[in-house]
Amino acid sequence: MNYRDLPRLLELMQGDEKHDANSHSTLDVIWTLYDRVLNVSPATVSDPARDRFLLSKGHGPMAYYAVLAAKGFIPVETLKTFGEYDSPLGHHPDRNLIPGVEIASGSLGHGLPLAIGRTLALNARDQEGARVFVLIGDAELDEGTNHEAIAYAGRTQLERLTAIVIDNESASLGWPGGIASRFALEGWAIQECDGRDHADIERALTTPHPGQPLAVVAHVEPK
Amino acid sequence: MATDTMRQRFYRVASQLLDTNDRLAIVLADIGVGYFDEFNVFDRHPKRAINVGIRENLMVSAAAGMALEGMRPIAHSYTPFLIDRSFEQIKLDFSHQGATGILVSVGASHDWTEGGRTHQSPMDVVLMSTLPDWTIHVPGHPDEVEALLRAAAASDDAVYIRTSEAVNGEAHLEPGVVEIRRGTARAPVMLAIGPMLQPTLDGTAHLDVTVLYTHTPKPLDAESLHRLAGGSDVWIAEPYLEGTTAASVLEALGDRAARVRSIGVKNLELRHYGTRAQHDAAHGIDAAGIRARLA
Repeated sequence: MNYRDLPRLLELMQGDEKHDANSHSTLDVIWTLYDRVLNVSPATVSDPARDRFLLSKGHGPMAYYAVLAAKGFIPVETLKTFGEYDSPLGHHPDRNLIPGVEIASGSLGHGLPLAIGRTLALNARDQEGARVFVLIGDAELDEGTNHEAIAYAGRTQLERLTAIVIDNESASLGWPGGIASRFALEGWAIQECDGRDHADIERALTTPHPGQPLAVVAHVEPK
Repeated sequence: MATDTMRQRFYRVASQLLDTNDRLAIVLADIGVGYFDEFNVFDRHPKRAINVGIRENLMVSAAAGMALEGMRPIAHSYTPFLIDRSFEQIKLDFSHQGATGILVSVGASHDWTEGGRTHQSPMDVVLMSTLPDWTIHVPGHPDEVEALLRAAAASDDAVYIRTSEAVNGEAHLEPGVVEIRRGTARAPVMLAIGPMLQPTLDGTAHLDVTVLYTHTPKPLDAESLHRLAGGSDVWIAEPYLEGTTAASVLEALGDRAARVRSIGVKNLELRHYGTRAQHDAAHGIDAAGIRARLA
């Protein structure tokens, strides 16, 4: 399956309409990650050397589920069960229910701190490959726990780690001076990209960043 | 080592475990760094001895993230910062992820009396008991801390170990609920938890009371409690918030339950400083307070 199949897959999931705009804000970034960047497949979900993608922005996960289905991590038929009692697909993802999902998310500001832990463990084992990518929203960035993680990752030069911030300008009090500058101040490498342009997203995500974690701010249309 | 406090024994044993168990990691938020430094853990194990600075929420989340990658993390701080402050991280980054680790606290209910409420947590055990999967150990002696920590490190369970400055005269390493002293057939039973054993023994020395002991209020050894105490009036002597253990005891006694009453830290802000002995007296959990409740 390819990108053109995603709208059809999204339509199979119903019931979470209030997060429609949010779910689509992540679609192109998540697609580009799984299609062009991440070294992971349904066969390698437990491979220690796989790349890990952590969806921290767990609300409105339909885009994520659609991409996972398109890439064969979950059966397409399962999308129809979204939100049902026995479905593995909740309105926030649960790693205990869905193959390929690295963290259960929903409460904002947990993904980046969890990613720090994963990165530390991978470093302790000198694991080859095994990059760690975390997707965060610009409003999610309000949560203070993100900033503990941003400070720590910059100070300890966690180059295995990439944070992608989807910026659809939904933070209530905004980010004066922009989001990227805050990461840069804390010692991260930064890239900005058009969050709808797959080539630009790929470029930003694959820019080398030796000795630093990487923050990619992906701009999409305001909510 | 006989003169180790529980806290000192934790640092010593955890440092040894880092040497012998390469899945083990220690994650700190400044508190404890100086103590671990004495054992040179940061030099010997720079990738498994982690200090995140004064960022307790990150400390717990990072420990959980390490657990998700198959490591066995120990997160450690003062009780209110480890448990109360970071409770959502324990709930969501450990339990909800299905990740397990070891949490070790110092400070207990009111070890640092002059520090005041901000450095006290009588409510840590009841908070942790609201999560379905955590084992809660409340050791009464440094030897128990060592045994429980070694066992926790060798397992993959979610374990909380609450150390305290209050110490029993003797260690009781046996698991579950054990009998320390047997009264007559009509004697009430007192289940002492952790460091409450000493004031319990002292307070009931000339009374007809059967004294039981456990260092593990959760999961409570229901079978032994039912066998040793079923049918009797039961008192719970607990070093944390009064009432914390009652539900487990009632469930354990089941159809043989008589009266169950609790002696523990009262649910109030004691805006006083002074000594731990003074606070224990104010809460009625010293030997005199226990004796008075039984009268």
